[in-house]
Amino acid sequence: MSHDANKYGPPTQRWLRRAVRLPYLWLLLFFLAPFLIIFKISIADPIVAQPPFTALLVWGAHGIQGIRATVENYAFLFRDSYYGIIYLSSLKMAAIGTLLSLLLGYPMAYFIARQPPRRRQILLLAVILPFWISFLLRIYAWIGLLGNHGVINHFLMSVGIIHQPLTMLYNDFAVYLGIVYSYLPFMILPLYSNLERLNLDLLDAAADLGARPWRAFVDVTLPLSIPGIVGGCLLVFIPAVGEFTIPALLGGADTLMIGRVLWDEFFVSRDWPVASAVSVVLLLLLIAPIVWFQHLQNRELEATR
Amino acid sequence: MTRRRSPLLISIACFGYALLYVPIVSVVIYSFNASRLVTLWGGFSTRWYVSLLADDKLLSAALLSLRIAVVSATLATALGALVALALQRVRRLPGRILLSGMITAPLVMPEIITGLSLLFLFISMASLIGWPLNRGASTITIAHITFSMAYVVVVVRSRLAVLDESLEEAAMDLGGRPVAVFFDITVPMLLPALVSGWLLAFTLSLDDLVISSFVSGPGATTLPMLIFAKVRLGVTPDINAITTIIIALVIIAVTTASLITGRRRATM
Repeated sequence: MSHDANKYGPPTQRWLRRAVRLPYLWLLLFFLAPFLIIFKISIADPIVAQPPFTALLVWGAHGIQGIRATVENYAFLFRDSYYGIIYLSSLKMAAIGTLLSLLLGYPMAYFIARQPPRRRQILLLAVILPFWISFLLRIYAWIGLLGNHGVINHFLMSVGIIHQPLTMLYNDFAVYLGIVYSYLPFMILPLYSNLERLNLDLLDAAADLGARPWRAFVDVTLPLSIPGIVGGCLLVFIPAVGEFTIPALLGGADTLMIGRVLWDEFFVSRDWPVASAVSVVLLLLLIAPIVWFQHLQNRELEATR
Repeated sequence: MTRRRSPLLISIACFGYALLYVPIVSVVIYSFNASRLVTLWGGFSTRWYVSLLADDKLLSAALLSLRIAVVSATLATALGALVALALQRVRRLPGRILLSGMITAPLVMPEIITGLSLLFLFISMASLIGWPLNRGASTITIAHITFSMAYVVVVVRSRLAVLDESLEEAAMDLGGRPVAVFFDITVPMLLPALVSGWLLAFTLSLDDLVISSFVSGPGATTLPMLIFAKVRLGVTPDINAITTIIIALVIIAVTTASLITGRRRATM
């Protein structure tokens, strides 16, 4: 076989092809199959039994006699405006959280990308470093800061700026803060790698032609950084929609987010078919952004292949 | 190039970094607070660290979490590296689109759906093939391998993309057997990526609350599950102490890892 036709050598290709079957099977079994099961349960009737739902296939003396499926769980979600409100509220909160992350993350990424190379590395590391410390514990840290008797209120009152503690914990504000705080690195990294690659000659050309710095930014930098903006926003928005920990620890009783409702539906009400239907609808809502994200991800990696 | 120092840009960046670090620093400071109250400074004390040592439930949860994290990170790194190599190197890989879809999806999948769906899988498997009869460490480990694999693949693929393939080609041309070339040349060159992939998988596993809560059974409580149960009721000083210990471990691990990978890069 000619060398350049297969630069990695055919025997390795064969070896790898065979070896990759193991993770392939793993993913089929532990990633894909669970989704089919969740869909199956979402079209079953809840019953008082173990497991608490009816079987999809009806078995008779001569094998499968029929299929029992229902759309009742989905109809329930649509009839009950409670779920509609929660889905909308989750999308809204994730969208606002994403926007706030972008408003903070963009200037930070821009700032880092414009530093000398050595300092760039340090500043970038400083963005990533907190990510290595437990997410749960970092969210917990905000409880001590934001509470009525928390560090921030205590400080503001002791210097006399406020006289009554500000309500900053157990409400939507705390959830937005939690989203921005936890997902900031996911916003900054794609933006940074985009802004760092930007052809600075274009900016110099704009400046030479007499463009004011702000105009050069709006007309040149901003349009060129759209792939980074989209990538960062998707990385924040998608997981934020289904977020559980942040609303559970920082949100108030009236903070409606689907992750929390799903948790309660499962652990408290134990209605598995409805919990499954809630998940399937959530997945359908997220499918467009997820496919978009995968498309971006693949384009990035294929470009280097 | 014009490198302007915009005061607005600098203040936003300072605000951003403050946002990232103030909570962590405040937890570390208050972990040494003698007072039980969050805001009152009652003097320096290590009493919360001492009380941790006496907490058997907490220690066994921490041990369980560590065990799961080591096993799942190791397997996820092995499986993830194979997927990364296959996606990056094998031409006309059968089922390539499905594989790359299944491996990128966990990165953005809401944890709550992953957890719920895996639990349903384990329950169905138990009634079909009789395994797993009891959910616990083993089911949590499987779940963690599945989602952390995706992160390993991202790390290894980006390293493979910039790796010089000429060494491997030379070894092949000299008649090296593919498996030997793989372990003698490819693996050492990938080592920095494998180390960071492993560390990432390890941290993700150690940190996971939602997926573990779903796929765990009675008797298996991981550290995040225990912490969540405590934290739901508000601030507790011993959690501050745990956080500080974890921060110290992370700093040690990250420094060690960067020293190892840094030295390798220097010698290569």
